[in-house]
Parts: sequence; structure tokens; C-alpha cells
Amino acid sequence: MANVRSWLIDDSPSSRLQARLGRAYRISGALSRNPLAAIGAVIILILILTAIFAPWIATHDPLKQDLTQRLLRPSGINWMGTDELGRDIWSRVVYGARITLVIVVLVAVLAAPAGLVIGAVAGYFGGWIDRILMGITDIFLSMPKLILALALVAALGPGIENAIIAIAITSWPGYARIARAETLTFKNSEFIAAIRLQGASSLRVILGHVLPLCTSSMIVRVTLDMAGIILTAAGLGFIGLGAQPPLPEWGAMIARGRSFILDQWWVATMPGFAIIIVSLGFCFLGDGLRDVLDPKSGEQR
Amino acid sequence: MAFESETLADIATKSVKRRSFRKSRSARLLLGLSGFIVSVLLTFLGLLAITFFIGRVVPIDPVLAVVGDRAPRAVYEAARIQMGLDQPAPIQFIRYVQSILSGDLGTSVSTGKLVLDDLKRVFPATLEMATLGIIIGVLLGVPMGVYAASRRGSLVDQIIRVVGLLGYAVPAFWLGLVGLAVFYARLKWVAGPGRLDIFYDGLVQPVTGIVLIDSLLAGETEIFVNALWHLALPASVLGFFSLAYIARMTRSFMLDQLSQEYVTTARVKGVSERLVIWRHAFRPILVPLITVIGLSYAGLLEGSVMIETIFSWPGIGNYLTVALLNADMSAVLGATLVIGAVFIAINKLSDVLYRVLDPRAR
Repeated sequence: MANVRSWLIDDSPSSRLQARLGRAYRISGALSRNPLAAIGAVIILILILTAIFAPWIATHDPLKQDLTQRLLRPSGINWMGTDELGRDIWSRVVYGARITLVIVVLVAVLAAPAGLVIGAVAGYFGGWIDRILMGITDIFLSMPKLILALALVAALGPGIENAIIAIAITSWPGYARIARAETLTFKNSEFIAAIRLQGASSLRVILGHVLPLCTSSMIVRVTLDMAGIILTAAGLGFIGLGAQPPLPEWGAMIARGRSFILDQWWVATMPGFAIIIVSLGFCFLGDGLRDVLDPKSGEQR
Repeated sequence: MAFESETLADIATKSVKRRSFRKSRSARLLLGLSGFIVSVLLTFLGLLAITFFIGRVVPIDPVLAVVGDRAPRAVYEAARIQMGLDQPAPIQFIRYVQSILSGDLGTSVSTGKLVLDDLKRVFPATLEMATLGIIIGVLLGVPMGVYAASRRGSLVDQIIRVVGLLGYAVPAFWLGLVGLAVFYARLKWVAGPGRLDIFYDGLVQPVTGIVLIDSLLAGETEIFVNALWHLALPASVLGFFSLAYIARMTRSFMLDQLSQEYVTTARVKGVSERLVIWRHAFRPILVPLITVIGLSYAGLLEGSVMIETIFSWPGIGNYLTVALLNADMSAVLGATLVIGAVFIAINKLSDVLYRVLDPRAR
């Protein structure tokens, strides 16, 4: 065990694999020393496991209606009670983890690379390319995101796919800004000049050497943005423009429970707790990751 | 004589130099100002481009959205030409900008009125709620942030940090619902949804559209109290989000200042801790705080969209939500434009204030 550890924290790694594993080891060590970040990581892990093993964790069929069992209080059988159609809320919250995970992953997969490429290209080439790309980015940045997403979904039509597209369209500019700033800091450094002198094309320099260096600050930013993405998706679901019934999306579930909030409080509050816990998890993890990966930026965002 | 003329020439060149120096300075200021105005105009143009894009390009067929898919061919063609969709896109865009600039935002399908008139009617309600929200946020958030920073690592600091993060994690609409269930239904501390109790409705002549001001103008203190009663919960929900953000930022600004050397110097000199915090550390953060407050205010106007439906608040958010559900695109885009424009204006304004107030940014 001691051998493995010393191999991992070796200051002069003899292979790429060793260097990468060593970095991962150091980061995980630093994260586990930060209690909030550790809690965040555990929450996200639970979210992922819940999404994968939903059929085993849920106690009931999330879509099965039973009008004789409607609006029951939380009990030993229905841990979070039942909704107005007699569906088990716990099971629906569990399956909702799948929808939430799909939304955040797809938004991240769509928006982060787009922003990364736009920012890196703008920063690397500079000049009028930079001005045009950053002009567009700034315009998008100064728009109210939520309203823009709402208007986009209204035009595209309600539905979970369109909600994802709309959220992705409103979240790329932040990533472009970061990627540009990162690119500018090492654009004129010697290792980039060395690669260019070897005859590497701009495409190769950007893809092979600029983008990988932007990833760590990008990971921090994406993690911190996850909470906002979850809230926007839930908001769209709440208004009725996101996931459509009978999908057990948390925001839509809160909307259904709205009419019963005064007497059957559990219908609307339970999915809300799920949203809060998962969003907090991403915030905690993002804060911790930033301290580890990007100590310069401090508290501000 | 020669001597004298020389001095005169000297003075002349000097004064020219001074004048040109002055000119260059004011020219620089003018240049900066015009650059700023250009950037504001470009941003507004960008907003128009986005709403144009959403309204005309994103829907598969905007004509069908208006006439419905069972309309006869002739009606369809007439609507297409009337909407100017037979024209190339750039001309359509120019026409769109022209119509917006002349105040034509179209007619709402759901209310049957001009969107501009609708927006004028609903906007004050949102403004009233968001303004009260930001006041709550500043009054509580700034002291909380300062206190947390001055007791870094203490239990109170940890709690304030978690509250700050909760502002990013709690859905506004959920908090509104839970607030109604607890503070209205159970505890009866606040009034329920709506701006006024039903029997006060329509008693006050709308002058500004802001009930708190209108009722005072009319001398109706009873209505003023009732309005405040109704405002308390929605404004507090909004206030919580602005408080979370402001406290978080204030804390981080203060920590930054408290680690500066001049603060240490002041402490070494024996200045009391209170003076160190409020005079030496707090004053320099006022300028960045203004930007934060501006951003937060703009964010509240946006956030009101989510909670107005819950409180049946007749503001722009409620209007937008109803329009969204009815696919009433003119109303959606009109509301988007107005919220976007106000958002941009507040953003740019706090940017200007920052530059004017911070000598380093000049």
C-alpha cells in the first residue's frame, strides 16, 4: 500500500499514466479534506447510483395510478406519500433522478464544448475574429438567461428535448468567456511557439494543446453551473414547458402538487427537497473543485 | 522687443499646448463615452436580433402559428404577405426593428389588446415587488456578509455561507409555495395571493401603478397597509435570493480587503476593530458592491417570472407565463424584449457607475 502511494505521489513520474493517476490521487485527497466538497461528491454519487438503479430503489411503479390510494400521507408503505392519482411520490422522485441527470449531462455536453471552441478560437486568433465572436458572446451574456430559455421553448414547443436545447443555447457564453481568458494567458508562451515552429496547423494547436489546458477551469465552471441548469429545467417543467406528464420530472411534480399545497403539503414539497439536495451537492462539489483546481479565482464567480 | 516677442510666442505655444492637452483629454472621454453608447446600442440590437430569430426563424412555420393549420390557402398566402414573410430575411429584420422602435409590439392573442399597453399595465406590479425585494436583500445581505467575513470560520460564518449557497440551490417557485403554506395558511402572518384584498380592489386610482405609492398619494393608509401585507411574502422570497447573492459577494470582497496590508497597518496602529471593518475595509468595497446590487436587481426582475404565478401577482411574469402557455408569441416576445431591455439597462448602468466611482477604472 505504501508502495502504491509513493508511486502515485512521485515527483518525477516515468509515464503519462503515472502522472495522470498521481494528479487524480492528489485532487481526490484535497477534495476529501474539504468537508463540503466531500459531501457534494457523495450527493452526486448517490444521484448517479439512484438514476442507474432506479428500478431497484423505487418501491412502486412510478407511473401506476391507483385512485383508491390518492393523496395519502407519508407512511411506511409510501415513504413520501402519494399524489392526486395515487402514484407513489418516493418512486417518482427516484425515477426523476434519471431525468435530471439526463438534462444536466446533455446540457453540459452541448454547451461546454461549443463555448470552449468559440472562446479558444477567439482568443487564439485575436483580431476581428475575436471581436466578432466576443461581441456575440457579450450580447448573449447580458441577456436574462431564464427569459431567453422560456421564449425559445415557447417557439420550439414544449418538451424535454426542446428544454435541453434552450438551456444549452443560453449557457454557452459563460464557457466561451473563460476559454478565451485561459487561451490568452498561454497563447504567447514558449511551448505553443515550439509546436507552431514544428509546423503544426492552427487546428492542431487549438485541439491538441489549447483546449486541454482549458478543461480544468471548464470543469469547475460546469459543476458550479449545474445547480442553475437544474433550477432552470425544473422551472420550465413547473411552468409546463419542460418535461411533459406523465414523466416524473421534479419541477412538473411540484406544479401538480401546487393545488394541494395547503392540505397535502408533501405532494409539492418532496420533489423540491430532491432539487435542493442535488443542486446543493453540485454547488459544494464545484466550490471544492475550484479550490483544488483553480485556486486563483477565489470566492468570486 | 525681440525678447518680448519671444515670450509672446512662447506663451502662445504654451497655451496652444495646454488647449490641445485639454482637448485630447475631453476627446478621450468623448471617445470612451461614444464607445460605451455603441456597445449599448449593439447589445440592444442583439436583443432585437434574438427576439426576431425566436419569433420568425425558430418556429417551423410562423404563418401557421397565426392562422392555424386548417386555414384555406388564400388566407395563408394573405397572412404570409401581410407578415412580410415573402421578403428576404434582412429586410424582414429591418422592418421588425422599425416596428419595434415605433412602439408596435403586436397584439396579444390572449388579451386581445396591444402588447405595449398590456406591458405598461403589468410592469409596475413587478417593479414594486422586485424593488422591495432588493431593499430586503441589501439591508440584510450586506451586514451578513460583513459579519461573516469579520468572524471567518466561525459557526455564524458557516451558516451564512450555506445560506448563500442555498440561494443557488432552492427553486424560487418552490420557496414561494412553501412560504404560502407556512406563513399564510398555517401561521397567518401574511396575506394570501394577489396585490390587495378583494374589497380594496379598484378603490385606488392608479397613478404610478405602484399600489404602495398610489395608496399614499390618495391618503388611504388602510390600503397601504393591506398592500404591504400582500407584498411581504413575495418580496421576502425574492429578497432571500438577492440576500444570498449579496451576502456571498460582500463576504468575499471583505475577506479580500481584510487581508490587505493597510488593514494590518491600521490594526497595528491600534484602530478599533469596528473602525477597521467599517471605515478601512468596507469603504473600498462599496464600488464593486454597487455592481453586485445592480446585477441582483436585474436578476430579481427575471426571478419574479417564476413566482408571480404562485402569488397571482398581476405583473410581467404572470403575463409572460399566461402568454407562454397560450403560445401567444407577440406577447411572449414583447415581454422578453421589455425584461431583456431593463436587464441590459441595469447591467450597463451599474457598469458606468463602477467606472465613474472607481478611480482606478477611469
